[in-house]
Amino acid sequence: MPEMNTSSLPDLIFSILFFFMIVTTMREVTLKVQFKLPEGKSSVLEKLEKKSLVSFIYIGAPTQDLQAKMGTDSRIQLNDKFAEVDEVQDYIQQERMNMSESDQPFMKVSIKADSKTQMGIITDVKQALRKAYALKINYSAVGKMDD
Amino acid sequence: MARKKRKMPGLNTSSTADISFMLLIFFLVTTSMDTDRGLARQLPPPPEDETQTKDIIVKERNILNIRMNSAGNLMVEDMDGQKFVGLKEIRSLVKEFIANPSNSDRKPEKHAEKLPYFGDVEITKNHVISVQNDRGTPYNVYFEVQHELIAAYNELRDEISTKQFGKNYADLNDDQQKAVRDYYPQKISEAEPKNYGGKK
Repeated sequence: MPEMNTSSLPDLIFSILFFFMIVTTMREVTLKVQFKLPEGKSSVLEKLEKKSLVSFIYIGAPTQDLQAKMGTDSRIQLNDKFAEVDEVQDYIQQERMNMSESDQPFMKVSIKADSKTQMGIITDVKQALRKAYALKINYSAVGKMDD
Repeated sequence: MARKKRKMPGLNTSSTADISFMLLIFFLVTTSMDTDRGLARQLPPPPEDETQTKDIIVKERNILNIRMNSAGNLMVEDMDGQKFVGLKEIRSLVKEFIANPSNSDRKPEKHAEKLPYFGDVEITKNHVISVQNDRGTPYNVYFEVQHELIAAYNELRDEISTKQFGKNYADLNDDQQKAVRDYYPQKISEAEPKNYGGKK
């Protein structure tokens, strides 16, 4: 049996490689809170497009290794550190400054909160967002197939 | 000594495939293809003046109150009184409230409107669904109620789109979608947070 010509194999693999290199997004922030997102039907949820327009707010209990120091109460995480409710407004302001001017009206805030969080903290965040005029929000969720 | 042109031996490339396989596997593992999904909501702008709260008077028949307590129980209140409901019932209740198919005078009033594509129609454009939650309400209860509300609106819009255009709402063009949105405008109001009988 003649040997199969494998000279084009590297090229093939390379093109798959490039595809994955392009679609890969490395996580930018290290999560300090843990959360289990609530579940919704995929047909009802909307996709978050244009990541550059989205700022994230994480809410949940601190991760296992931080619980000794921070306790198990729900906390807010902005960027890489824990924050209090009154820092949300500054954070939004800062995120807005980092955007190009034409993008600023389309700013969105995605709230990634644990499904067991009490609404109090989320209400506080929402009020802060209103004050900061970041009115387009998105409650992040896991999409489930329709039944 | 005749100099013979020596042919350069071909580089052994048999391992290139292996190297790129390794890279490929690395990127395969680190890639997270998940697109973020979520419920999109619009918050009301902050009150202009903190001291002055403006009450907008809405007719009683136009309001549907959905309340959640800290235990995650739901209560729906309209003109027919209050009742405790489960999450599953919310969608059909809300749909009936928004559409008011029986033209009941205890459900939102209808206004004659002229809409593109639809012509003269009667719609309940002044209805309001008011969602109130306690500070202790679990987030997933709140989320699921919001989810059901959006799903109710989506179903109504799909129904009217199928009736009028024979297609789902998502498949319509922009003008048609706008007409459908005007037919069933989304009116979800979130009351300022309250503490229901809650001593903390």
